[in-house]
Amino acid sequence: MMRVELTVNGQRRSDEVEPRLLLVHYLRETCGLRAANVGCDTTSCGACTVLFNGASVKSCTMLTVQAAGGEVTTAEGLAAADGELHPVQRAFRQEHGLQCGFCTPGMVMATVGLLAENPHPTETQVREGLEGNLCRCTGYHNIIRAVLAAAEAGPGEAVAGAAVGVSGASAAGAGRANGAGEPVRP
Amino acid sequence: MIPAPFDYVAAESTAHALDLMASLGDEAKLLAGGHSLLPMMKLRLVAPTALIDLGRLTELTGISADGDELVIGAMTRHAELAASELVRAGAPLLAHAAAQVGDPQIRHRGTIGGSLAHADPAADLPMALLALGGSVEAQGPGGTRRIAADDFFAGFFETSLAPDELLTAVRVPRAPGAAWGYQKFVRRAIDWAIVGVAATGDRIVLANMGPVPLRASAAEQALAGGASIADAARLAADGTEPGEDIHADGEFRRHLARVLTLRALEHRT
Repeated sequence: MMRVELTVNGQRRSDEVEPRLLLVHYLRETCGLRAANVGCDTTSCGACTVLFNGASVKSCTMLTVQAAGGEVTTAEGLAAADGELHPVQRAFRQEHGLQCGFCTPGMVMATVGLLAENPHPTETQVREGLEGNLCRCTGYHNIIRAVLAAAEAGPGEAVAGAAVGVSGASAAGAGRANGAGEPVRP
Repeated sequence: MIPAPFDYVAAESTAHALDLMASLGDEAKLLAGGHSLLPMMKLRLVAPTALIDLGRLTELTGISADGDELVIGAMTRHAELAASELVRAGAPLLAHAAAQVGDPQIRHRGTIGGSLAHADPAADLPMALLALGGSVEAQGPGGTRRIAADDFFAGFFETSLAPDELLTAVRVPRAPGAAWGYQKFVRRAIDWAIVGVAATGDRIVLANMGPVPLRASAAEQALAGGASIADAARLAADGTEPGEDIHADGEFRRHLARVLTLRALEHRT
């Protein structure tokens, strides 16, 4: 067992974990956050998508120990403390960007990550930006509509610091959105 | 799916990683972005006794120009490579190839060094490195050496890295304005190439037409000898013995190699 310290949805945590514990299992079982789903379990479907240091990642293909020192955001961490939905959540609800809902937390998190990198995507960029997320109900049209509506409504700000990759590194890659500032809620 | 148990150590420096490799032995594996290794561990295709995590080695990240070459740290993520102005200007084929790997989430984690060391013959970056005539830097107990892409891919998922060597950086020639073409045939957006072709300068390189990325030598020579693009492309599969899998048999792969080479050469930008 190893001790890891990381921030999940703004909350500092310190837990004993096995090195082989996947981040998605840590989030679901240790933290009790069930938004990230285990779908394909093979890095294909995106149902387990969360933000790690502001960038979308598939939490079934990351070890919890790799996330040590970093910031993880799940769909539970998007809404404001008073329950007001994040603009992306609101857009998915307004445009009915879901059917059964299983892929939705992953779609929403991938969208937040996409809009942080590209606040005004074209429809093609949205489709390409969500290529790592599958909807087995094939409800893609409303999902695309929801992402475009969210982009129109306001910036999909990076939720946590937006450095890609090496945790603790402050140098963000070129083209990466800033993670600073208060969330903008139109 | 849950990997078999293993010990985990986060390397604190390249030197530390080399020490760990020496002390933990052959059954330990280096962990870069983990997007090839962890799925294999989850399927229990591999069960290393220990993982040496390179994820915290900022010294292995970053992209810079060094004379007429670009130097890319081994732990540079695909998303950073794809977005880098230096790479887009100096080696646009490489930036494009990085943007074709998997999907955005995968590109946020996967690394160029990891992808090259994994040496999947169907992958984007090995094909791109060979097409660009690049090289890698490998650091071992005896120092650092350079390995040309031509000598790096030794077999199916096999490289010429010694067991005690760590791939630290990737070098590609800077060639602003050089025309390039890139074609990748897939069934789903995020898949590996069933067949891929990268063409730039005097090189045409094929992915997934054999155990390693391969140069389409007959087509290259025809082109150099003044043959038309169409005539050269007809030779693209010559000398290859592509494997067979659920996606394609050998004959279909040879057909794809010819068609994709034609497209790659026709649509060079």
